Amino acid sequence: MGRWTVLEEIAVADCALEIEGDSLDDLFETAARALCELMVDPATVAPTVERTVSLVAGAVDLLFYDWLSELIFLKDRDREVFIRTQVRVTTASPWRLAARLEGGSIDPEHTALRADLKAVTLHRFAVEETGMGWRARVVIDI
Amino acid sequence: MKVIPAGDCIWEIPPTEKPGMRVPARIYASEALLAQMDQGVFEQVTNVACLPGIVRAALCMPDGHWGYGFPIGGVAAFRADTGVISPGGIGFDINCGMRVLRTGLTEAEVRPRLRELIDALFSAVPSGVGAKGILRLSDTAFRRVMVEGAGWCVAEGYGWREDLEHMEGRGCLPGADPAHVSERAVSRGLEQLGTLGSGNHYLEIQVVPPDGIHDERLARALGIEAPGQVLVMLHCGSRGFGHQIATDYLRRFDEVMPRHGIKVPDRELACAPFRSPEGQAYFAAMTAAANSAFANRQLITHRIREVFGKVFGRDPHALGLSVIYDVCHNTAKVERHRVDGEWLDLVVHRKGATRAFGPGAPDVPEAYRDIGQPVIIGGSMETGSALLVGTAHAMEETWGSTAHGAGRTMSRAQAKKRIRGETLLKDMESRGILVRAASKSGAAEEAGFAYKDIDAVVDVLHRVDISRKVVSLKPIANVKG
Repeated sequence: MGRWTVLEEIAVADCALEIEGDSLDDLFETAARALCELMVDPATVAPTVERTVSLVAGAVDLLFYDWLSELIFLKDRDREVFIRTQVRVTTASPWRLAARLEGGSIDPEHTALRADLKAVTLHRFAVEETGMGWRARVVIDI
Repeated sequence: MKVIPAGDCIWEIPPTEKPGMRVPARIYASEALLAQMDQGVFEQVTNVACLPGIVRAALCMPDGHWGYGFPIGGVAAFRADTGVISPGGIGFDINCGMRVLRTGLTEAEVRPRLRELIDALFSAVPSGVGAKGILRLSDTAFRRVMVEGAGWCVAEGYGWREDLEHMEGRGCLPGADPAHVSERAVSRGLEQLGTLGSGNHYLEIQVVPPDGIHDERLARALGIEAPGQVLVMLHCGSRGFGHQIATDYLRRFDEVMPRHGIKVPDRELACAPFRSPEGQAYFAAMTAAANSAFANRQLITHRIREVFGKVFGRDPHALGLSVIYDVCHNTAKVERHRVDGEWLDLVVHRKGATRAFGPGAPDVPEAYRDIGQPVIIGGSMETGSALLVGTAHAMEETWGSTAHGAGRTMSRAQAKKRIRGETLLKDMESRGILVRAASKSGAAEEAGFAYKDIDAVVDVLHRVDISRKVVSLKPIANVKG
């Protein structure tokens, strides 16, 4: 089970995150959970929607960038956030992601809103393998 | 890193301080404000100084703080013929900007209706995560917005003809081309026009305090007659449409930089030569986003007028709800400036910074031609804001640029640890400031203590003579996303 923390001293107007996962799949799932929790209180989202996402990128960090960007895009286009994700990353060239997303519509009457995330930046952006699994650092524009 | 005094409230970091710096970095700040600037400012402004084609210096305004790519408060000009354009020098929220409207109302007239007024504004102007816009546009209409900006809104009845005379670029920047905008960006932004967003975006009712007028002649020229007068200020940008355009091109520039032989010290500074196909495509798409931001603020202005008209039972014209000015924060524009005696076309990037053209400069509206372009410095929702005007000296010193706000000193996470949203809003209400927030935790992040002293920032701008202070404003009610 992955972990994520806010790096309080970096990019004070935005939100810098450090995310760790036991595996690459776990890293991507944990990052999705972090984004959801930054945007809304997940307990106030009824899980009524299922989506699938497929992505391809030339490098693992760009796949991670595209994955987070996709979740922010869906928040705006469909007004949906996802409280649970199942991600499968294929470690081959190019890197591929297949994900199943479970979540719901943002309903201002029932959903406790937090920050309206704008984008994923490349400032101090890093995705790396560690002895314990995988770690990412990313600054989200708020 | 060596930071050397270079004049009153001017500090310079020489190019010898970091490998790759092509020009010095200049920071405008008092000693106290300089001491408050975080490590990111120094790292990022010197990174900007490394970019190809940069002219004279990389600048940071007194509200500067840690951003991504450029620092917030960052200004840099690049030669249009040999320099670059960088999404990281503009930001994801393209043409995030400010607009201020005057009213003919006084605080004494507004206070008794303030609760009703702010509730109605909160309900009329969608804000927060997932907010749906005021209009449902067709694809064709949205493409017209990209090209025509605020002009489209006025033509469709969402504004007054004279509004356009009181905006940077008349609410429409030239060069937009929807052909360079992805379908993804269109689908993301199509239903968001007329929304406020969240973070530091707001809609605020303000009043001129008893000691708030610093220059009576300039204040009168801006339509501000006396203390007690009520104004409405608005801070928002191009919403998901602009965010997606910036994301698309940041990703693209990250991949094409090696082909152009460009290396940058921070990946967020990914850039392309301005004259390259990628550079021109981004400029055309970025300008489309900038125009959508003007339209966004125009639609919200329309809603503000509707609400005031309904609450006070009078026509918005009779209430004197006219636009004083609308300025961009996050843009790159091609401007002609004098460099070492030679007039050059420069791509001036302003990120969390405001244009501040002086008297007689091009694109300063007729009404302000003699006094300089109005500048809006937005403060925190607790402390206040300010109106200034641009100066001739700014044209020489900072490419006609100035600060954009108070600037943060504390991270969002730290602010939330210090106060709960509910506590803050209750406390503000006891001090006469009503807040309606889509997100209570988001409101806590915007507490006044998380920002620098806006008066100190404005004083620096005035002392360095890159803007002249005219009026201070205090909040009495605020809508936050």
